[in-house]
Amino acid sequence: MAEKIRVHDPRGYPPKVEGKRLANRPESLDGKVLYLIDCLFDNADVFMEQLRLWFAEHIPTVETRIIKPRESWVDDPEMRAKVVADGDAAIIGVGL
Amino acid sequence: MGFALALEQDGIPTIPVSTHVFARLAKATALAAGMPTTRSCFVPQPVVGRTASELRDYIEGTDPIWKRPFMQGVIEGLTGPLTDEDLKGATFERSTDRFLEPDTEDNLRQLFIEQNWTDFLPIILPTEERVEQMLKGTSHAADEMVGHMRPTSFRESWGFDVEKVAVNAVMAGARPEYLPVILTLAASGFSARSSSTTSWATISVVNGPIRNEIGMNSGIGVLGPYNHANATIGRAYCLLSQNVQGGSVPGDTYMGTLGNNWNYTACFAEAEERSPWSPFHVDLGFKPTDSTVSIFFGGWYTESGFGPRETWKEKFIRCLTATDHFSPPLIVMDPIVAREFEGLGYNKQSLIEWCAENAKLPARSYWDDQWITTLIRPHAVAGVEPFASRLKAAPDELVTIFRPEDIHIVVTGGETQGAFKMISGRYIGHGPGKMQHGPGRNKPAAPPGLIDVWR
Repeated sequence: MAEKIRVHDPRGYPPKVEGKRLANRPESLDGKVLYLIDCLFDNADVFMEQLRLWFAEHIPTVETRIIKPRESWVDDPEMRAKVVADGDAAIIGVGL
Repeated sequence: MGFALALEQDGIPTIPVSTHVFARLAKATALAAGMPTTRSCFVPQPVVGRTASELRDYIEGTDPIWKRPFMQGVIEGLTGPLTDEDLKGATFERSTDRFLEPDTEDNLRQLFIEQNWTDFLPIILPTEERVEQMLKGTSHAADEMVGHMRPTSFRESWGFDVEKVAVNAVMAGARPEYLPVILTLAASGFSARSSSTTSWATISVVNGPIRNEIGMNSGIGVLGPYNHANATIGRAYCLLSQNVQGGSVPGDTYMGTLGNNWNYTACFAEAEERSPWSPFHVDLGFKPTDSTVSIFFGGWYTESGFGPRETWKEKFIRCLTATDHFSPPLIVMDPIVAREFEGLGYNKQSLIEWCAENAKLPARSYWDDQWITTLIRPHAVAGVEPFASRLKAAPDELVTIFRPEDIHIVVTGGETQGAFKMISGRYIGHGPGKMQHGPGRNKPAAPPGLIDVWR
């Protein structure tokens, strides 16, 4: 029978994950301000414009506002603050 | 995804929209953020290059992951009542043990492959004895924390200590005397295993006395598999990156569509003694007697040439303008080439400036680039030069594509040919003259890239 040996685990140390709750949801989007966040990925602006048009045609009671961060993939606290202050919900895309 | 998670915590119901190939990554990112029930929605890949009409079809079509109308998922995600899982999120701890369960060599080799802890080439199993031996290559304690690393900016960072670096150095086949170089690369916190869809890689250049102390190659075959130190230092950086950051697994923690051969190993030394110009690290402000390792982030393209011949300017312009210009070139040239340029009246800096001044594209070509549009255009819109001027240019107007500080030259090679290569590579460090204060520190941190602090 082959000898058993002990070796190190090559992986680093993952951080502890703290559970976070989702935000409260409104019962409907009627009369709400919905921010459409263009994450600046190539062609995301065209997608968000089509999303804006979809809401205008299908749920015109929703006020949509397209907004962009200063940079792609970099947090923009000012933009987030504006969404939080003036908005009720958001859609962000397209990308990770 | 990061924006969406932050907005949810700020009290704003948010739907992150991704293309379907990112579904596993979106799920893993949400879980690691403690919000596994994040209400992501998906459209087909790709979005890039699709017309407004085609994107409208996506919106009015079916979510390819959830198999329901896309907009139904969006509306229900924004208005649907919260479940118990939505309210509590997920709190958990993951541990990685110091040692794995003892097993046979064959079984452990299979385990390392199954867990995606290797590059699928044979490894040296990191036994306790081998790791102890490796740790003799540094004066630092095994449990000293070296830093944190992650595959991309929106992923969680994992921590790692000296021992974890040594473990991966053993796996790569490195020798203890290489460990200070490998620790320096690890301490950069910069991953050699970026998860980007664009298949980035890192290329590392070693300068100073340690090159000769550990027998690195800066001669014949310098970029190839012809030297133990070059090969295993580069491989160790790659292996440690994928392992200490929590993985580099396709579809989960790696999304590069083509992958990159530089991801196996990419490290070499500069031929300082045979170069007519100052060493790369001295240009940065290090002393000639400092030993350093510099990281270049790129690996997208490699262009090749010989000379300089009579028409070298045309050749250089063709190479420079054929680059993916979001990723500037690291020009690697044989000492023969450098000396020829010296004979033509150029020094390193004047040649770099010539390249920056003469590499031009029509503005429409410059801007018709996915990464320039995504990552540079916001700076141009904000008025940052020279990008703002490039944006103002008429479509057919020629604009420069690189700043002098974007381009670097390293002299190395065996002098069997007057060869040069332009390799995609943005220098990601900075010299000691630009040291930054680290968080919580009351004195400047050691300059990144300085190997001597890890001896």
